[in-house]
Amino acid sequence: MEANGTKGLLMEEGLIFEKSSKGRTGVEPASFDVPEASAEALIPKNLLRDDIEGFPDVAEIDAVRHYTRLSQWNFGVDTGFYPLGSCTMKYNPKVNEDMARLPGLSMLHPYQPEELSQGALKLMYELEGFLAEISGMDAITLQPSAGAHGELCGLLLISDYFKSKGKPRTKIIIPDTAHGTNPASSHLAGFKVVPVKSEGKGVLSVEAVKAIMDTDTAALMLTNPNTIGLFESNIKEIAEIVHKKGGFVYCDGANLNAIMGIMKLGDLGVDVVQFNLHKTFSTPHGGGGPGSGPVGVRKALEPFLPIPRIKKAGKKFKLDYNRPKSIGRMKSFYGNFSIMVRAYTYIRRMGGEGLKRASEAAILNANYIKEKLKDSYALAYDQPCMHECVFSDRLQLGSGVATMDIAKRLIDYGYHPPTVYFPLVVPGAIMIEPTETETLETLDKFIEVMKLIADEAKATPQVLKDAPTKTKVQRVDEVRAAREPILRWK
Amino acid sequence: MPYIPHTNKDISEILKAVGASSIEELLSHLPAALRIKAPLNLPKGLSEQELTGVLKALGKENSTVEEYSSFLGAGAYNHYIPAAVNNLILRSEFYTSYTPYQPEISQGTLQAIFEYQTLVCQLTGMDVSNASLYDGASAVAEAVLMAKRLTGKEKIYLSSALHPEYRETVKTYLKGSGDHLFEVAYDAKTGSTLPETVNAVTGDDPACVVVQHPNFFGSLEDLEKISEIIHKKNGLLIVVVNEAVSFGLLKPAGELGCDIVVGENQSFGNTLSYGGPYLGFMATKTEFIRQMPGRIIGQTVDKQGKRAFCLTFATREQHIRRERATSNICTNHGLCALAASIHMVAIGSTGLQRLARLNLSKAEYLKEKLKGVEGAEVAFSAPTFNEFTIKLAKDPEEALKKLLKKRIMGGVSLKRFYPELGNHILVAATEMNSKEAIDAFADELAQA
Repeated sequence: MEANGTKGLLMEEGLIFEKSSKGRTGVEPASFDVPEASAEALIPKNLLRDDIEGFPDVAEIDAVRHYTRLSQWNFGVDTGFYPLGSCTMKYNPKVNEDMARLPGLSMLHPYQPEELSQGALKLMYELEGFLAEISGMDAITLQPSAGAHGELCGLLLISDYFKSKGKPRTKIIIPDTAHGTNPASSHLAGFKVVPVKSEGKGVLSVEAVKAIMDTDTAALMLTNPNTIGLFESNIKEIAEIVHKKGGFVYCDGANLNAIMGIMKLGDLGVDVVQFNLHKTFSTPHGGGGPGSGPVGVRKALEPFLPIPRIKKAGKKFKLDYNRPKSIGRMKSFYGNFSIMVRAYTYIRRMGGEGLKRASEAAILNANYIKEKLKDSYALAYDQPCMHECVFSDRLQLGSGVATMDIAKRLIDYGYHPPTVYFPLVVPGAIMIEPTETETLETLDKFIEVMKLIADEAKATPQVLKDAPTKTKVQRVDEVRAAREPILRWK
Repeated sequence: MPYIPHTNKDISEILKAVGASSIEELLSHLPAALRIKAPLNLPKGLSEQELTGVLKALGKENSTVEEYSSFLGAGAYNHYIPAAVNNLILRSEFYTSYTPYQPEISQGTLQAIFEYQTLVCQLTGMDVSNASLYDGASAVAEAVLMAKRLTGKEKIYLSSALHPEYRETVKTYLKGSGDHLFEVAYDAKTGSTLPETVNAVTGDDPACVVVQHPNFFGSLEDLEKISEIIHKKNGLLIVVVNEAVSFGLLKPAGELGCDIVVGENQSFGNTLSYGGPYLGFMATKTEFIRQMPGRIIGQTVDKQGKRAFCLTFATREQHIRRERATSNICTNHGLCALAASIHMVAIGSTGLQRLARLNLSKAEYLKEKLKGVEGAEVAFSAPTFNEFTIKLAKDPEEALKKLLKKRIMGGVSLKRFYPELGNHILVAATEMNSKEAIDAFADELAQA
């Protein structure tokens, strides 16, 4: 079969600092229409700088070519299939970008008066309502900047809730399938992490939770569907156990794309959830942010949400800072507003029915890949999956080929590799999340390539070990990067 | 259905392959009692054309800093963004990719961030920078936690002239590890943090002192003296910069004895966007790198010895260390960092230094004009950059309201943040404020 990825013309491009020539100007600032002030007369000499050593001076065209060339060395969703498990790399609608850039929604100062910001506040208020409806939560804050930031926020709400009752709690129970951010956020919020093992079927058992849940445990933090792509089927009973001991159930909403319009987290007994607008709600991942991580809670936790809250009084929207029980702030201002505009745009485009269809199609696509590849790769858990499926390299290890080699070979065929070596409970994990925005033809082609790679692993394993060969650079020496750190140009 | 390409035939084919007769059957392993009974109560989906109408209408319910003459700053600055910035960040290979886990197909993001780290080091005079953080406020909180790890000490001293919302954020972040948070009061005459106050307040065992420069009131700080004092007590100096254009004029904190420089880089390349997303930055000394939170990009080589870049020092991070990580941070604000880099590169060192002097000149012109307004005075005596505090004889809230009628956003009233500054307004002037607009502001304030 012919490979998808072929070698195009990629330009070599040095560091921008290597192109600099002192005295060259790119985009010059506006001219002075006021008298030039004498910095030397106004500011003590020891506070003034001379030059900005090394800072580049390049022509505008060279700056533009520099970044254009760099962009061509990148692979995005717009380049090709990007089945990066747990990251929900769905299509990023172009209309979202246009709407976020409307002057009426972007040229707004965070401290401009509320009466001049009614459209922005209304959008945020309505988005809170949409997220509450989708999740079955009572109240939403849009303030956190990312999923991990939302986790920290949610855990601090829980911590302060118990402190306010005069009975602080110290522990959080976290399954071994969890994202690393879950234990890291718990630690940052001041909790001790109590790990709990998922049973043979890849989900949490009622007994396992029952055995360790106590009145010193503030919350159970789980992801549902979990990182293996399985629905935590015992969630309701588990939640009852946690609630009986006075604890909360925190759900990492990273995998919300699997259940919109199918189930509400509130109905499953979840008390706190963080949303990842950059996953579920189609806002772009930006090469690593900015995302947005709103948090939804039940009524009991609402008084603790960060300040300010958006209130509706008659037809007017206001920012409410008078919240004596609030945990305070997660950041300055109100959150990543332009990301909210994109998510709002997406939800209005899809409607309730569209969101449900999206989740259904995401599940269909993942199960299709699971069925079609389960003879070529070892399936971690052979049961119906939700929006993603997890394989391993167990069948390939005999030929000396590991998950990383399979991943790198996929690149030569024009695909972004799946998430690899996560979740940690599956050795050599290959976690595939196709998302709903991919056509059957795209899936078929990917499946064909994956099978081909499985064949290559047996017949010509060296081809996999040498991959990728069609990229700008070949395999990168990550060990050297850590041992002999070069972290800036000099 | 928008963005879902499945035809009925596709769905049948998939169902056949997975051995289910319907989507319902495929979902039959989900407990029936937990399924949604009624459809989601959300507005009906819209066509793209109808949708743009809805968003434009929402936009019209706002007034922008383009429609009004704005003198608002306080941690969010209105600057001209070169056209190249938006054109280039819309290259979708940049914005539709994710964290560069696979370096062979992410060299664009990786090199751009490596360059960003270098630019931040050059501006701050520090050795190393991370790949960015969420915003200025959370960057300060992360720096404080880092100082606690580095010194093994608990006591944190924040200048009260640090942005009030940054101080609130630090307080929230410290909830989990013990809140040993103290304030160093600003000096009512200069509006700056006096070194002698730092000395008197910080006691014997400070982990760090945090000062903003220029500070929230716009005043410059005596970093050198504060650095000497805190280092004598074996504490660290954290300097916060939230108007990054000031780097074009002011001596970098790294040359003044600072240990960690953090702040907000929104001024470069990022629109105001009602407060976010912005761009937190952090730079420090080489010896502190293992305690620095966030992604870091390093230079290395590929199999053929060619220069290449990749994520590095991952052993600090949550996906490896879990609860023992330096921070819970997973992503940075990559695209905001890219926008900032493009802006910096487009104007260059010559342009940035000129831009900084232009900002100083606009603010000094505004200062002179306001000095001429009866009932208005410059509140503090310390030198300033492009922002400063004025004191009015009358109620500033009333004056600001009257200015709005003339389509002027006249500054940020400080009453909410500092009860003792009930008559004070924080005003900023950048290259976006023309001489005419500044003249009009002074004239209208005189009548307000």
